[in-house]
Amino acid sequence: MNWLADVIGSSIGKKMLMALTGLGFCVFLFGHLAGNMTIYGGKDAFNSYAEHLHSLGPLLTVAEIGLLLFATVHVLSGTLLFLGNLKARPQRYAMKKSAGGRTVGSRTMPYTGFLVLLFVVFHLMNFHFVDKTNTTIFQIVNNAFSDPIYVGIYVAAMIMVGIHVSHGFWSAFQTLGANHPKYMPFIKGLSIGFSLIVGMGFGFLPIYFLFLS
Amino acid sequence: MTQQNSSKNINLTLKVWRQVGPNVKGRLETYQANHISTDMSFLEMLDVVNEELILNHRDPIAFDHDCREGICGMCGAMVNGRAHGPEKGTTLCQLHMRHFSDQDTVIIEPWRSRAFRIIKDLVVDRSAFDKIIQAGGYISVSAGGTPDANVIPVPQEAAEKAMDAAACIGCGACVASCPNASAMLFVGAKVSHLALLPQGIPEAAIRALAMVKKMDDCGFGNCTNETECEAECPKEISITNIARLNREYIKAGLL
Repeated sequence: MNWLADVIGSSIGKKMLMALTGLGFCVFLFGHLAGNMTIYGGKDAFNSYAEHLHSLGPLLTVAEIGLLLFATVHVLSGTLLFLGNLKARPQRYAMKKSAGGRTVGSRTMPYTGFLVLLFVVFHLMNFHFVDKTNTTIFQIVNNAFSDPIYVGIYVAAMIMVGIHVSHGFWSAFQTLGANHPKYMPFIKGLSIGFSLIVGMGFGFLPIYFLFLS
Repeated sequence: MTQQNSSKNINLTLKVWRQVGPNVKGRLETYQANHISTDMSFLEMLDVVNEELILNHRDPIAFDHDCREGICGMCGAMVNGRAHGPEKGTTLCQLHMRHFSDQDTVIIEPWRSRAFRIIKDLVVDRSAFDKIIQAGGYISVSAGGTPDANVIPVPQEAAEKAMDAAACIGCGACVASCPNASAMLFVGAKVSHLALLPQGIPEAAIRALAMVKKMDDCGFGNCTNETECEAECPKEISITNIARLNREYIKAGLL
C-alpha cells in the first residue's frame, strides 16, 4: 500500500482529497437546502420532513459518520496544505500585487474554511445536540432565530459558506483534471450560481424566522 | 513625411533588494535612475544605474539576463509586486520604460520561494527546476539513423497544444507570482508537452509521478488554483496544463 500513501501524501494527492470531500459537501449542502425549503411549507411540513429524515435510522447514522469522516479529511488535508504553503515562502514580498487571477473566494479560502468549521460546531450545538423531548425541531429553530444575534451569526456564516464555495466548486473540477475550454466557463458560472444559491438560500431562512416572530 | 519621435527621458526612484549572499540578511536600498530614455528596456535601465554605481566604486546590482529578447528565461524580477512587471505576456527584458511615468517609485525584488535560494541581489538559484526536469522531463530515445519525416502521425490539435505548453522558458514567474510559491504551472507545462505527443506517451506515467515527487521534495508550495501563474506567465501558458498534470498523475498513481 506504499503506492497509495505516496499518491495521497503528495501535494496533488492532498488536493484531490480536498476536491473530493469538498464536492461531497456541495452535494450535502444541496440536499440540506432542499430539506430546509420545507420551512416555507409551514411548521407541520418542516416537522414532518425532520421526522421522515430521522425514520431512516441506521442509514442516517451512516450518513453522519460519513460527513464526519469527510470533514476530518477536508480539515486535516486543508491544514497541511495551508501550513506547507506558508513554509514555501519564508520571506514575504515587500510589495505584491495580483495580476487578476485571484478572487475574494480564492484569497480567503483557509480563513473562510476555518470560520465555517467554527460555525458547524456552533450549528450542531444549537440544533443537533439539544434536548428534543417535548418539543419539535420547528420550535427549536423558531426560538433560536427570534434572537437577532443568532440571526446575525447565521447570516454572516452563510456569506462565508457562499464565498468559500465560489472558489471551492470550480477549483475541485480543476484539481480533478476536469478543465477544458469547452466546458470550464460553464463550471465557473455554475460555481458562482451555486454559491449564490447556497448563501442566499440558507441565509434568508433565519431572516424569515425573525420576521415570523 | 517627418517621423515624430515619441521618446523622452524620465527620472525614477528605485527601491532595489540588495543581498550580498545567500545566508546574509538583505534589504531594500534606494537609488535614483535619472535621464532614462522611455525606449530603453527595463534591463537597460538597470545597466545605466549599474554603470553609475561602478563609476562611484559601489557594488552593481546583480541580476540574471542573457538573450534579452524574451526566449531564454534567464531574466525576471518582481517589479512593483508583479512578476516581470505590469505588462501581460512579456519577460522583464521585454518590458520597456515607456510603461513608467516620470517620478515613479519602482520596487524591484527577487523571486521569493523556499525552493529558489537568493544567490545575490535579484539573482536566484532556479536549479530546483533543473532537478524536476532531470527527474522525468525528457524522453528516452535510442539514437540511430535520422527517421523519415511523418513516420509517427501527430494530430494537428495535439501538436498545437504541445507547442503551447513547450513555450515555457522556465523563468520561474509562475512560482514567484503564486501566493503559495507553487511550481504546478511549470511542471504542468513540462508534463503536458511530452504527454501530448506520441514520443512522450511510453514514459508518461513514471514521468508524472517522478516530476511531482521532485517538485514536492524541492519545497515548492501547493497549488490552490489562484490562477495568478496563468495571468503572469510571460508565455501565457494556461492552467489547463495543470489540469492535464492532475489527470496524468491520477492515471499514473491510481489506475
